[in-house]
Parts: sequence; structure tokens; C-alpha cells
Amino acid sequence: MISFKQVHKRYPGGYEALKSVSFDIAEGEMVFITGHSGAGKSTLLKLIAAIERPNSGTVLVNNQNVNALKNGALPYLRRNIGMIFQDHKLLFDRNASDNVLLPLQICGYDHRESGKRVSAALDKVGLLKREKANPIELSGGEQQRLCIARAIVSRPSILLADEPTGNLDAAYAHEIMDIFNSFHQVGATLLISTHDQSVLQDNNVRRLTLKEGALL
Amino acid sequence: MTLAFAQHLGVLRAVLRRMFASKLVGLLNILVIGITLSLPVGMYLLLQNAQSLIAKFADTPQISLFLSLDAKQEDVDRLHKQLAKHAAVADVEFVSRAKALEQLKQSTGLSDLISGLEQNPLPDAFIVHPKPSDAPSLEMLRNELAKLPRVKEAQLDSAWAYKLEGLLKFGRLIALILASLLSLALIAVTFNTIRLQILTQREEIEVSRLIGATDGFIRRPFLYFGAMQGLLGGSMAWLIVTISLSLLNRQLGALSQLYASQFVLDPLSPGDSLSLLLFSVYLGWFGARLSVARHLSNIEPG
Repeated sequence: MISFKQVHKRYPGGYEALKSVSFDIAEGEMVFITGHSGAGKSTLLKLIAAIERPNSGTVLVNNQNVNALKNGALPYLRRNIGMIFQDHKLLFDRNASDNVLLPLQICGYDHRESGKRVSAALDKVGLLKREKANPIELSGGEQQRLCIARAIVSRPSILLADEPTGNLDAAYAHEIMDIFNSFHQVGATLLISTHDQSVLQDNNVRRLTLKEGALL
Repeated sequence: MTLAFAQHLGVLRAVLRRMFASKLVGLLNILVIGITLSLPVGMYLLLQNAQSLIAKFADTPQISLFLSLDAKQEDVDRLHKQLAKHAAVADVEFVSRAKALEQLKQSTGLSDLISGLEQNPLPDAFIVHPKPSDAPSLEMLRNELAKLPRVKEAQLDSAWAYKLEGLLKFGRLIALILASLLSLALIAVTFNTIRLQILTQREEIEVSRLIGATDGFIRRPFLYFGAMQGLLGGSMAWLIVTISLSLLNRQLGALSQLYASQFVLDPLSPGDSLSLLLFSVYLGWFGARLSVARHLSNIEPG
């Protein structure tokens, strides 16, 4: 599903974020990416969604060479990837359900179908009762769950989560991991970057550990 | 197809909502565009009216030849033949002094006064319809005819119309320059409005890019906004011009009654109105396009 071969990423200014990273992730697999902050976890996720491009090596997603994709093809790659951000990236000019609606509007779903899907996604993360709330009224944990609802509403086959429990206390973090586990059970491929020890201890899944840009 | 149409309608609705979310700013923008456009359009309309007025006179240029009072019938006959043979003359018409007096009596209602005259003060005259219609050749012909024997005076009836037409050409050029400059101003207004919008919606654009929005999807609301603002601005200009014209016409009505004539300014024709609206839509869209091309590329997710 996702495969890195000898991937190098150097940012302008000379900082080497990833050094010769190679790995394969099968379809339906759930993988943690761990390491200290600055180890290259976010960069790795960004390379998968083509938010950043590698300096050398190849990144394959769904057997597509991401480096070779033209800019015009990137939106269609990203529609197949649900992204969950540590800072949520929610829009505060609209309510919760309109935030979740955005990916469906982008893909051009019709009105009735998207209404159903939004409700289903909000229900899945336990926010159906808060659908009319502005994200600013939601707690940190609720905002993170709203971000997850937005990532899954268009039913992507890959979910990328960058420090999804980074700012949350243990109880909230546990809820979030439960949601991820349920996606794993229905066959989604998940990549979750985290340095949260309690999360790592509770979940016995494959780990990719990065140290200073190299895979251990 | 219907789905894509519904999507476009949705964008349009969102754009309208955004436009009227800040009523005052939206209205001010539309007013600025409307006033800007109404200047060249109003000028064009006045020139158009002057043009059609002139056309009534300049269409059929005539040279009136007034003979001296002592001209005899044989002089008149010789002159008539000479004129009829002239290469630049299409047609020639003789108005005898008696007939001229009769016409004067009928047309002015001064019959009593004229009847009291001891002798006819009017000369015999020829009305010459020339072949050429451009001002220089007409002037040349007039000079030539003025030198014929027994001709006391040659008058080019439409001379003033030609002079005015020259003036109108000048006016049209000014209107064109004005229109071009103000169109640029309109593009600049839209460019800036869209720039501000892109700035305030930076997050939405960034997030949309991250979750798979195409450039077309991101660009669309801004282009629609520009076009819509242009349309409303153009409608405002149309309204300003039409209202001003009806005010002018009310005043002209009173004025032209004093001169016992009916003169009203014609409003913008449906074709011209449509052109105005389409042009303002295009300008708004174009300004938005420039702005989007310039500012959207600065927003990259990451």
C-alpha cells in the first residue's frame, strides 16, 4: 500500500529530515511511527500525501509513484488519504457538521448523500449531538475527534495521523485510539505518528522508530 | 451534468451570502464600480444622442445658391443646365423667388406682413444636392459654385453639422480613453477585493488543498465573486445613467417646448445595456482571475 525506497528529504537550508528511509506497509496494516520530536515523523507523513517532495528515492502509494505525479493529479491522490493534524486545522467560520462536509463538497457529492455521510461520521466519533456547535466551543478532545470525522467522511483507504493525542490527557487519548482501532478493524490502512508512551504501551502494533531522520 | 450544475449553484449561493455578509462593504464596492462605469457610459450616451441629431442634418447635405436679384430668366436657364451637367452634382432643384415667397408666407404665419411688401425681397435660388458627402469636397464644391456668374451667395447648409461631427469624433476619443482608464480602475478594485478575500480565507484554502481540492474548486468562488460584483456594479451604472437621463429629459422637455420642437434624449438601447452588463461581468471576472493567479499560488499547505 505504502512503500518508501531510499527516501532522502533535505529542507532548504540544509536540514536533513529523512536519511535513506525504506519500508513497506501492507494494505489494512496499522503502524506507529515513533521517535523524538524532530526525528522526521511529520516529514514522513507529508511525503506520503505529497505535501513535501523527496530529494531522492521513491515514495509509492497504491503503487503510484508520488514523486512522478503532476501538480494537477495531487488532489486525486489526497482524496484517497484522510489526514488528522495535531493542530486540527478546523475552520472556525462554520459549524461542526459543515467542517465535516468540506471533503464531500470538494469531491462533488450530492446534497442528500453527503448529509447522511456527515451524520454517520459525526456519530462514529461521538459528536452527533454537537453537530451545530462551532469548533471553538468544543474541547480539545472534541476538536480532535471532529478532525477525525472530517478525515474519514469520504471513506479514504489510508489514514494519516500526526500526533493525534499530542495535546490530550490520557482519557481523551484512549478514546481517540479506540476510534482508530475500529477503523483498523474495518480494513483501513493507518499510519499514526506519536511519542505518547501510554498510547504505545496500550497498543501492540508494528512500530517504525525514527532517530535523527534514520529508521532504527 | 446536473450534479455539476448543482455544485455551481451551491458556489453561487455561498458567494452571494459572503457578498452580503458585510452589507456596507459590498454595497460600497458596487457603488464605486457603478459610478466608475456610469461616467464613460453616460458620455457615450450623450454622444450617441448628438450623433443621431446630427445625422438628421448631415445625411442630406445641400448647397443653396442664391442668385443676385437682377438675374434674368436666361441666366437662370443657363445656370440650371450648367449645374445639371456638373460632375459633382447629383440633383438640382430651382426655387423661383415667387415660390420662395409663397413658402415663407405659409411656413411662418407672417402672411399679412409679407402681403404688405411692395416687392418680393427674395432672390431666385437653386438647391444643389451634391454627390460627395465628405466635408472637404463639399467645401470645395461650394467655393466653386460661389464663383459662377450671377451667383451671389453659396451656402453649405450642413456645414455646422460637419464641424460638430468633428467635435464628436474628438468627444468619442475622450470617452474611449476614459472608458479604458476606468476599466483598469475597475479591474484594480476587483483585484484588491479578491486579494483581501483570499487573505481572510487563507485557512480554508490551505485545508481544502490538504484534503484534495483541485485548483479549479478553490478558484471558482473567487471568480464567481468577481463576476457577480461586476454584474451588480454594471447594473448600478445602468441605473445611474437611466435615472440621470430621465432627470435631464424632464428638464429638456420644458426647454424644447419653448422652441416648439420635441427633443428627448434616447435611453440606452437593449443591445447597449446588455453590452454594458456583459462587459462589467467580464471586467470583474478578469480582475478576480488576475488576483487569484497572483495570490493563490502563495498559499501552499505544509
